[in-house]
Amino acid sequence: MTAIDSSSSTAISHPTTAGSMTTKSTFLGTIAAYLMATDHTRIGRLLISFSAIFAIGAAAEGALLGAERISSSSSLVDAGILVQLFSAFRFDLIFAVGAPLMLGIAVAIVPMQIGARSLAFARGAQFGFYLWLFGVVLVGTSYLNNGGPGGGNADMVDLFLVGLGLVIAGLTVISASIATTVLTSRRAGMTLMEAPIFSWSALIASLSLIFTLPVMAGALIFVAVDHTYERATFGATQGVNAWIGWAFTAPQIFIIAIPTLGILAQIVATMTRGKQPLRAGLFVGVGLMSVTVIGSVTQSSFSANFSGGLSEIAKSLIPFLFFNAFSILGVLVVLGLCLLALKNEKAKPTAPFVPAFLGVGMVLTGMVGNAAHKISNFGLVNTVFEEAVLVYICYGVLLSSLGAIAHFGPRIWGREIPSTAVVGLGLLGFVATVLASLPYFIAGFADQPSGVADGFNYSGPAWLWNSLVAAGHSLMALVVLLSVALATKSFRSGKVSTATSADLYESVNG
Amino acid sequence: MNTSATALGSGPKVVMRRPTLVLSGLLSAVSAMLMGSMLAIWLDFRSKAPLRESSDGSMMLRDWLPENIKIPEVATNTMMMTFVITCVMAQWAVYSSRRNDPKHTSLALGVVLLTEIALINAQVAIYLQMDIAVRDGSYMMMFYAVTTTMLTMIVICMGFTLLALFRSIGGRAGDRDLVSAHALYCYAIAVIFAAVWFVVYVQK
Repeated sequence: MTAIDSSSSTAISHPTTAGSMTTKSTFLGTIAAYLMATDHTRIGRLLISFSAIFAIGAAAEGALLGAERISSSSSLVDAGILVQLFSAFRFDLIFAVGAPLMLGIAVAIVPMQIGARSLAFARGAQFGFYLWLFGVVLVGTSYLNNGGPGGGNADMVDLFLVGLGLVIAGLTVISASIATTVLTSRRAGMTLMEAPIFSWSALIASLSLIFTLPVMAGALIFVAVDHTYERATFGATQGVNAWIGWAFTAPQIFIIAIPTLGILAQIVATMTRGKQPLRAGLFVGVGLMSVTVIGSVTQSSFSANFSGGLSEIAKSLIPFLFFNAFSILGVLVVLGLCLLALKNEKAKPTAPFVPAFLGVGMVLTGMVGNAAHKISNFGLVNTVFEEAVLVYICYGVLLSSLGAIAHFGPRIWGREIPSTAVVGLGLLGFVATVLASLPYFIAGFADQPSGVADGFNYSGPAWLWNSLVAAGHSLMALVVLLSVALATKSFRSGKVSTATSADLYESVNG
Repeated sequence: MNTSATALGSGPKVVMRRPTLVLSGLLSAVSAMLMGSMLAIWLDFRSKAPLRESSDGSMMLRDWLPENIKIPEVATNTMMMTFVITCVMAQWAVYSSRRNDPKHTSLALGVVLLTEIALINAQVAIYLQMDIAVRDGSYMMMFYAVTTTMLTMIVICMGFTLLALFRSIGGRAGDRDLVSAHALYCYAIAVIFAAVWFVVYVQK
């Protein structure tokens, strides 16, 4: 067992003593306590809350883009801002929703899991949160004023670059805080191999971000200096995507999905009372997924080509498998071991298991889709197929987060979310994810181009695929909204949790 | 009503395993990846530059560094040597701190601070001697981007030194974790500068 009560949870349970700044539970006092929070649960909740708000916005953007593509003659959105909308959709899903959501859950949960009394460099993490939030606001402002990659307003493009820099800095600082906590603040006697699997996955994800985000920052500095002074070397506005676009696509987006494996394995460990066969295999599985870092840092994209002689096929297949199959193998290992543990213990699935399992399933589908996208014989490059990969991964992260909040939430708030609602929202989120992405897997094979809303014509029912995608994104916006409402209501006036710390944090001991 | 879940009793006291040193290691990794990325792009541009004859016609050169630009090698080599002194002094601070010798710890950190000021001074001297504008072309733009990023890292290291120095003067000379973390970042910055020095100033 790994649970040790942390001082922070006591502070949460007694709002009147929350933080040293307030003595009375006033509205302003609560806001002040949040603004200057060093309590890891509060910093985590801030990250999760703002990510959820941005998730609704991102899903709305996705719905708008889907609706815009239903008919090539329709024009819901001005053609001039379509480029920004496509770019904003990607930015929001990855940097405003996926990454901060996973980091937020890690910030809130990891210190309690490993028996630390607080987050290492909690003020740094809070500073990182503000950097990230301010950066997202700047980027949003830039998009709204014709900035962003390909934008027409040069000042706003500069603002976008500054905002993106702040987002990178913020996420890096938060990642450093999480990694330091896991590496240095475990309770006495707990080795890294004894750490709960979610903490391990948070460590791997944090380190992966620490190794990849600065690479993006390096390119961003060149692009920003060039855009401010010269606008020639790095292709000015049009060059922004060329130099930093890799961070908005696979394999970089796989990094934000690493903690989904930890969430699932942790929930299963609780269900099976820690009886996990081949526990080290879970660690290996999570680690294998981080192989994707090599692809991100080197910005390598290896395609497989199955035409030609055997030697040509082998030449393209080996790097293709290294950069794509290892991370998929990692997910399969974790999934397989979780299912094996469930089978051995004949454990009955709990409510949080449903969205967490479906979330990992969606992430796996996205990763397999990405591998298919890299097989040049399929001819999927520059089609909407790649957009579907992004949506599968990021919505998978959202689903997994719902499972994490339902599972870990009672430990923070002391109250439970109704099981039926969690299962219902999980299933609804699953339907939304499939609707928002599967049609684009099909449309990708029909050569619907990515990043454009009109000018394409193919024999399939384009209107149907795009309508389904729009409906899927709308449904996901609704699911997120309902999840936020349900969590808020449940954690305020829901059933008091009877679970012990051991129930929620039991380590996965083989 | 207390709504928190029933908690287990507190376990053994948590012993923080040198968190500042670990954070410094992570910061060093961030700095290395950042500069590594910039130098990789620099080398990419350099390798794609067209070939031209050298001024004496004896060899073919990449047309990357404009002919009229002279890199002040004395100042750049001085910077490299100064970094070596910085590292030695930072290690002296660690040595003194381990022996609970506040005077020497403060003195060593003070010298580190001085060498960092010297580094900034040398970098400014390089800018003045080269006399190029950031808008003048690709090389100039990228030169300023790389060197100002390096300068920023030196300034961050300077902040770190100031923090360690103030704590040492304030009576926490035995705070080995911070002094060791400071030394680690100094080493990292020195190695990063060595890469910049070789790629930008020596190889040009």
